[in-house]
Amino acid sequence: MKVRSKFVVGSSIIVLTLVSLAYVGFTQSKTYYHTISELSALSGSTLHQRMRVSGNVRNGSISHVSGGVDFVLTEQGKDLAVSYVGRDPLPDTFKDGSQALVEGKLRPDNRFVAEQVQAKCASKYEATPGQSAGAPQPAQSSNTVTERSSTN
Amino acid sequence: MRRSLRNRRILSRSALPRISSGWQGFDRRGISLDILGSFALLLALLAAVYAIGAGVAGIVSRKSLLTKSARNAGLAVFVLVTIAVGCLEYDFFTDNFSMAYVAAHSNRALPVYYKFAALWAGQEGSLLLWTWLLSTYAFFTLLVNRNKHPELMPYVGVVLAGVQTFFLSLNNFVATPFAVLAGADPSGVMRLSALSDGHGLNPLLQYPEMVIHPPMLYLGYTGFTVPFAFALAALLGRYPGEKWIHITRRWTMIAWCFQSVGILLGAHWAYAVLGWGGYWAWDPVENASLLPWITGTAFLHSVMMQEKRGMMKVWNVWLVFTTFMLCILGTLLTRSGIVSSVHAFAQSSIGNWFVGFLLLVFIVCFASYWKNRDYLRSDNQLDSLVSRESSFLFNNLILLAACFAVLWGTLFPVLSEWVVGNKISVGPPFFNKVNIPIALFLLLLTGVGPLLAWRKTSFDALKRNFAWPLLGGVVAGVVAVIFGFRDIYSLICLILGVFVTLTILSEFFRGARVIAARDGSNLVSAVGELTMRNTRRYGGYVVHFGMVLIFIGIAGVPFNKDIQKEMAIGQTLNIGPYSILCQNFDRIANGNYDSERATLEVFRYGKSEMMLYPERRLFLSSQVTETMVAIQSSPLRDLYIVYAGRSPENGEPVIHAYLNPLVKWIWFGGIVVVLGTGLAMFPNRRTALVLRPVAEQAWGDPIPATASPVGAIAHRGDARD
Repeated sequence: MKVRSKFVVGSSIIVLTLVSLAYVGFTQSKTYYHTISELSALSGSTLHQRMRVSGNVRNGSISHVSGGVDFVLTEQGKDLAVSYVGRDPLPDTFKDGSQALVEGKLRPDNRFVAEQVQAKCASKYEATPGQSAGAPQPAQSSNTVTERSSTN
Repeated sequence: MRRSLRNRRILSRSALPRISSGWQGFDRRGISLDILGSFALLLALLAAVYAIGAGVAGIVSRKSLLTKSARNAGLAVFVLVTIAVGCLEYDFFTDNFSMAYVAAHSNRALPVYYKFAALWAGQEGSLLLWTWLLSTYAFFTLLVNRNKHPELMPYVGVVLAGVQTFFLSLNNFVATPFAVLAGADPSGVMRLSALSDGHGLNPLLQYPEMVIHPPMLYLGYTGFTVPFAFALAALLGRYPGEKWIHITRRWTMIAWCFQSVGILLGAHWAYAVLGWGGYWAWDPVENASLLPWITGTAFLHSVMMQEKRGMMKVWNVWLVFTTFMLCILGTLLTRSGIVSSVHAFAQSSIGNWFVGFLLLVFIVCFASYWKNRDYLRSDNQLDSLVSRESSFLFNNLILLAACFAVLWGTLFPVLSEWVVGNKISVGPPFFNKVNIPIALFLLLLTGVGPLLAWRKTSFDALKRNFAWPLLGGVVAGVVAVIFGFRDIYSLICLILGVFVTLTILSEFFRGARVIAARDGSNLVSAVGELTMRNTRRYGGYVVHFGMVLIFIGIAGVPFNKDIQKEMAIGQTLNIGPYSILCQNFDRIANGNYDSERATLEVFRYGKSEMMLYPERRLFLSSQVTETMVAIQSSPLRDLYIVYAGRSPENGEPVIHAYLNPLVKWIWFGGIVVVLGTGLAMFPNRRTALVLRPVAEQAWGDPIPATASPVGAIAHRGDARD
């Protein structure tokens, strides 16, 4: 059994190394999903997490300022002012009324500083059947981004 | 076409009676094949169900007539699904916008090859394509083996029919592609209707690769069903010996090859179309396609342990099961949209069906394993840590670790929501942190593993095999450091890449030298002779070499550069050795899209080299803007230029230029991988000389270990021969 125990030791070293790497990578990149209405209820350390927020771009709210783009996301009547500071050009699908998913952090003055913006244009290709009925269960709870993608 | 109806609207598919929707077909002018297609699909489902019933009855009663009719039903499924696919394609080609699916994914101005590809542009058609490719595999499996393995094939037929039944149920009852449009006329009576023009194909899909990428990937996904069917069949039928593993290996190679091509085409599409300068983003759908590829790779390696040493039988069976389940999971992730992704579809309840099917598959797999676990007892134990066996064990261990890490990261939003009620996603840093070391370790094993002997390797043999390749790798590393190479992972990748390439070359060289010395032929023809005598081993080396090329290409990432600039006509932008002069901006229009285009002249070290034309297209039917990237690709680097639109402040056009080193190596490596896989599937030359009982030769699947070409390389004996 000597060979076997050597193999077990070797495997354990490999697995432990990978797990610790995974842990480091996880803490660096974990991102919380929140809805706009949840943001006001956040406090303490949760305020400084990386997060993703989605909503619709309010018509006419997009303004180009030096160093980025400002716009307002709305969802269920709540607004969130967003400043996009990323380097990449905004996606082609980002325009008035489109669904956008922003990723970044919340500033103390409640302005959201986004490093990434993904956008999906309003549903055009799919007739989105059965939307009200049985949508998949994991993605439908209260604090979930309901993304109704239509690309691809 | 009826155009006079007011109140035209797309009915949600759930509101349409599915099969009977065609009853009013007489009402229409022109030919629509929705009724024929619907009925073909329904009959296919019945045939599949019959194939299960008759197959099981045939196995239980041992009546060959029943078994035969089950097989014929299995063959008929393919014919029927082919008819359905043909019907849908016909409706696409004839612009039949009374069909909901056609109206949603095509328009008149769409070029004809995209009308063909629009079949898989949406949910319903993609699932139909899945079913069709699966039925194609099933057809050929049943046809090729119709006179072979009478104890095994009935089980295989039943498993294949079972999987087809699931997908055909989806095609018939959940996501029917043959729904027609209807609307209420003024008196409130529902009438069939048609649009005058369709909504058009998603512009992101209007790209040549999109015509072949989905079928390739689906050929991979569906292809893994065949090995799954053989593994489950062997277990259920307690099929004696290791024969099933040879068939399984061969089918796995086919599926693996398609999956590799599909993944690489997808990466190339993301690179060439999405305009963000990269090819892999750890997007959930990309990950989903990678998962079965990883476990399939693990199986292709560990299967050798079973063939040569009778070890890891349980492991292998579960690898095949897992690979299949990951294929279903991948389809679930792609189709249901439970994880947000650029590829995700409209949310639909289809996910529940897949989850249910996955559970069912798992229960069947586990039950048949538990009942027959004594059938999978291992013949041998691990002898030494420095042996081929242990290199395979480590290979499998870390491949599975990679698979688990990718799966974990992909499903983390869903899992965290279940467990702590908060949706948390992880990004590329997580995937890179774990997978880069794994990949480099795998690269090391790629060089080391094949040169270790079975059972135990002596220190002398190690020295003889590895001294020169290792030296070569270290020299390459030192040279790279001198030239200012500082990124640690890229450096390790380079060293290992050179090392692996040299070990592969030395393997070819040593084998060829023996043949050349014996036959008196020259070294080049000896290499050909050597390869053809053991295609599996040397094809495998070619695949390994292709992977080295891909790794080198990926190692170029830390050296990427990019720059964004507003450019008026006459201005220049500098990146790396290039300077880019803006010559002109103009507009082009055709029926399908309007386009804004930049004309750029590229200078390299002051010399004019080429013109590039990045574009932004506005697709008219969908009113969607798309970026058309201009790429100048060379083996050393890609110049990748995006027309990023006009600056919001002053209306100046914005150009975003990327310099991505070595990207071409990835695509070239992919071609080498495909060639290598093809070579490995080629039958060995001179298999007739193999001394094996006649009964096993009827298999038509040569067992390369015994056909070992160069017995003269004595230090690497096969333990069993």
